[in-house]
This record gives sequence, C-alpha cells and structure tokens, in this order.
Amino acid sequence: MAAQENALNDPIIICEDVHKWFDDFHVLKGITTSFQKGERAVICGPSGSGKSTFIRTLNRLEEHQRGTIIIDGVELTDDLRNINLIRQEVGMVFQQFNLFPHLTNLENITLGPIRVRKLTKTEAEEIALSLLERVNIADQAYKYPAEISGGQQQRVAIARALAMEPKIMLFDEPTSALDPEMISEVLDVMRELAHSGMTMLVVTHEMGFAREVADRIMFFAEGVVIEEAAPADFFDNPQHERTKLFISQTLQH
Amino acid sequence: MEDQELTQEIKPPTNTKGAARWLKDNLFDTWYNAILTCLALVCLFFALKGFLTWAFTEAEWDVIPANFRLFMVGSYPQEQIWRVWNAIYILSALMGLSAGLWGGLVFRFAVALSGVWFISALLPVELSTRGWCLGAIAMIAVSFFLGRGRTGLRPWILGGWILSFPVIMVVLRGFGENGVLTSNWGGLLLTLILAVVGIVVSFPLGVFLALCRQSDLPAIRWVSTTYIETVRGVPLITILFMGNVLIPIFMPGLDINQVLRMMFGITFFSAAYMAENVRGGLQGIPRGQHEAAQAVGLNYVQTTLFIVLPQALRSVIPAIVGQFIALFKDTSLVAIIGLIDLLGVARSIINNPDWLGLQAEVYLFAAVIYFIFCYAMSYASQDVETGLGIGHI
Repeated sequence: MAAQENALNDPIIICEDVHKWFDDFHVLKGITTSFQKGERAVICGPSGSGKSTFIRTLNRLEEHQRGTIIIDGVELTDDLRNINLIRQEVGMVFQQFNLFPHLTNLENITLGPIRVRKLTKTEAEEIALSLLERVNIADQAYKYPAEISGGQQQRVAIARALAMEPKIMLFDEPTSALDPEMISEVLDVMRELAHSGMTMLVVTHEMGFAREVADRIMFFAEGVVIEEAAPADFFDNPQHERTKLFISQTLQH
Repeated sequence: MEDQELTQEIKPPTNTKGAARWLKDNLFDTWYNAILTCLALVCLFFALKGFLTWAFTEAEWDVIPANFRLFMVGSYPQEQIWRVWNAIYILSALMGLSAGLWGGLVFRFAVALSGVWFISALLPVELSTRGWCLGAIAMIAVSFFLGRGRTGLRPWILGGWILSFPVIMVVLRGFGENGVLTSNWGGLLLTLILAVVGIVVSFPLGVFLALCRQSDLPAIRWVSTTYIETVRGVPLITILFMGNVLIPIFMPGLDINQVLRMMFGITFFSAAYMAENVRGGLQGIPRGQHEAAQAVGLNYVQTTLFIVLPQALRSVIPAIVGQFIALFKDTSLVAIIGLIDLLGVARSIINNPDWLGLQAEVYLFAAVIYFIFCYAMSYASQDVETGLGIGHI
C-alpha cells in the first residue's frame, strides 16, 4: 500500500478530452482521466459503449482525433517513433488471443524481444521460458498455438506481452472468448500480475475479478465515463441509473 | 467397475477390405455399374491396343536418340559442351550437399536425378557423354556425404543456390567471341533457363507488387494496380512479340539480345499473376495478426516479413505452384518468336526432310519431358504443403 501512496501523484497515463469517430459515429465523446503507476483499473459497460476503443487508443491501434494522450511522458501523435516507443511500454492482450499460428508458443514470445528489444536468441528464450513458467505452461513451449486450449493460448498471449517488459498492460476482454472452465486459469494469472504491481487496464465483464482486484472501476456508456469509483462504492452504492441497471443485470448470473 | 467400462478403449472399426471386396463395392455393385465397367474396359482395351501397337511396331523411335543432343541443348556447339556439364556439376554439388543437409524431398530429387544420369549412361551415347553422366552421379554422391549432418552449413548452401544462378549464366555464356552466343542456346537447356529465370525473378517481384497494391499510399497502390491490370489484359504472346519487335524500334541504340528480351517478357507477365495470387493470401490474414504484431512493437517491415508473408504465402502455395507450372509451359511460346527451345527443336526436327512424318514420336517425347518437370514441381509443392501443415489453423 505504501508504494501505491507514493505513486499517487505520478500519473503514467494522462488522457485529456479524447474524442474518436468511426466515420460519423462518435465513439468516444471526450474522455478525461489519468492512471497512476501501479493502478489496477477495470473498465466495464454495455457493448458499443467505447470501452474497447478507449484502451485501443492508448497504444494507437485506434487513432484518437481530438484531445491528448500522454503515456509515461510521451505524447501519442502521428510521429512513428513515439508510437513505437509507446508500444514497447504498453503490452496488450486481446479477446481472440491473436497468437501467431505459424510460430511455436516459445517463438511467439521471443519474436518481440529479438526483433524489437534486440536481445540474442538465447537471452530471449531464457526470458520466454521463465514467463511460461510464471503463467504455468512451461511444458507447452514447443507446441503450436493450435495445439493448446484457449485458456493456455491466452496465457501464452499474456507471456508474449510481458516479454517486452511493459510498464502498462492493457487487457481487452481477455476471458470473453473462453469456455467457462478456462476463465479462472487466465484470471489467476492476471491476479498474480496485479499483485506484482503492474499498471493494468482491464476491459472485462468479470465483476468478481473487478471487485477483488481493481483499485477503480470505470463505467462507460455511449462514449463517456458515467461513473467511476472504488469497487466497494461502485457495487454497493452506485450513483447513476445506468450503473444500477448494469450492475443488477450482470450480477443476476 | 463402471469407471473401467467408461475408460475402456475401443478400437475403430477396420476399413481394410480384400481386392475382391473392393472390386465388388466400386465396380460391380449394381447391374448397370457392372455393364458400365465392362464397357469402359472394352474401350480402354481398344485405345491401349491401338497405342501400344503403334508404339511397339509402327513408331520410328530412332528419331529421338538421333536428335537427342538437339532436344537437350539445341545448337549449342559441340566443342563448348563442357560448359553445360560444368553448370550441371555445380547444380549436382549443391543438390548433393542439400540432400545431405536437409534430406527428405531434396534427397528424393537427388536420387531421382542420379537415376536419370545412370540411365543416360546406359543408353547408346558417346563415351565422353557416359563419362560426364557417371561424373555427375559421383558429384552428387560425394557432396551428399560431405554435407550429411553438418547443419551449420545450411545458410551457406542457401547462399550458394542464390549465387549459382548468375554463376551458371556466366559459365554457359562464357566471354565475348570465345563464349557461346545466347542465340545458340536451345532445346531443354533454353526452356529450363527461361523457366528458372522467370520463376526466380517473378516470385519476389509478384510479392512486392502485391504488397504495393495493399499499400496505404494511393500513388503506390495505383501504380501497382495499373501495372497488374494492364499486363493481365494482354496475352503473353503479344507481350513477347512486343518485346521482340518494339524494343529494337523504340531503343535502336540499345542492343538487348533476344533471349534476354524473352526473359523480361515472361518475368513481367508472370509477376502480375503472381501478385494477384499473393494478394489472395494477404487478404486472408486476419486483422488481429497485424494488431498483435503492432502491439508487440514490430514495425511495418518486420510485421510483413515475420508475420504476414509466412502465413499468406503458405496459404497460396497451390496457386503459386500452379503459376510456376503455367510459366514453365508458357516458355514454349518463344518458339513462335523464333527461339529454338524444346518445342522449337521438335518443330525443326519435324521439318527436317530426314525425319518427315514423325510428328507423333517427336511431340510425344517433348510432352513427356514437359510432364516430368511439371509433375516434379507439383510433387514438390504437395510435399512442402504437408511439411508446413503442422501448426497451421
């Protein structure tokens, strides 16, 4: 806790009035927020609310059209050097895993360290194997993604992102494409990561995970942040009608 | 007890049947199928009987050995034939080394090639030719044992294959007056040179054009699209005629020899089709692959080289090899321009008064040679596809 309090006035992500359109469709309508080093934020909301788009703007998979985003002191602009710099500091985990099917799990993880961080193959493999150990699938290193289960694939994807030694991890609905019995193995890994002090932004519908791990829950609807609060306040004392409705619907099952 | 029954292993039913059962199931399962089978057998018998009678009694196969040199190298001068053998030896050495290093497909090709040389040595050919043939076998064998197990050599051998390309051209051509003018290149030699140059150059060119057509920059996209659509809108024979007739008119000072002009024509033509094949593969790559590569921090070139192309090309191997085979056969169009490739040789032999009326024999022989090379490419492609099958979703 002490470490977190020290970091309180040291935001690693700053968003100022971020807007985004898909053609005429206004997806993000002025998001202003900041995230502290080591903060664990869970972003939830109905589908189409812009939550995925928002975290995708943070590593420029989507371009924001108005406002400013500053990641670890570097502003996201069209400058390719800045984009590549930021992408090295921001790891991302996708809903569909997006592993590279033609590479083994180990090669999936070592590709970035070898090509971007310019490590030697031996160094990269050492890191990759220890990361696979950390996500509990060291025995799957030399298999291909198609040969392992969805939960294992997602853990490889997390290891792949971690191999770049990012300062921030973005999770875009990491468990939505998984069979129910595999969700917990991925959440376990994310929980462990959260306890290690990683800055995490997680878009998810797993409210149990949110309540347990998050420092803050942000509720998105129609491109704006309607409500944000610590989990206890968010679940037990929601302020807005939309939030109340959402919570009652998600907690039903 | 119940648990045991649940996990008890049950073997799948066996599907193997005897020959008699197979015949009954596939050819004689109903009375009308039995009639059709009998009819087909009768037709087959008459067709084969006609062909075999012709092949063994009427056909004058003398024309093949008598013109064998022409079929192989055209009017390549006899006293310079060592150049061709040197080229073959360079390739044999690389083949043997590769067979030792990689085994599998290359090994099978090396064995097949040795078999061809062995059979050639048994044929009634000149003594020197026999020597060359046996030498080629020895070359393959020696380099096979040299290469075996030395995996560290692999990048060098790959480099060797790439380097062998210009080296062989120089060996075949020689220098100035003492060399062999390309106008004397002919027969199977010319066909192979045109095809190999076409394949080796049009492939990267096609990949490049396909990437350009997918570019975010409109200017690059338009240039590439215009090129591809223009070339695809014109028959190859027209392009070859234009290369032959128009280049000398538009660039009178520039003396580009005819073989080179045909190479350009075939390569640029094939590249347009190659580009469209590759584009099909590029479009099949899900957006998530690009995004994942970007998220890891790979730039455009790295994403293309390590993520996009390996997957895209793998998925279009059948189309690409189909294009290679088409190109190999299309080289025969240069015979119309006046080059004496394999088909050109066949035509010239038929027109030779000594061998009048032997079209069937000569064309059949040419067809068999075309088939062998095309089938080898097809076989290689199937093998590569199987080999790459693992790990692909």
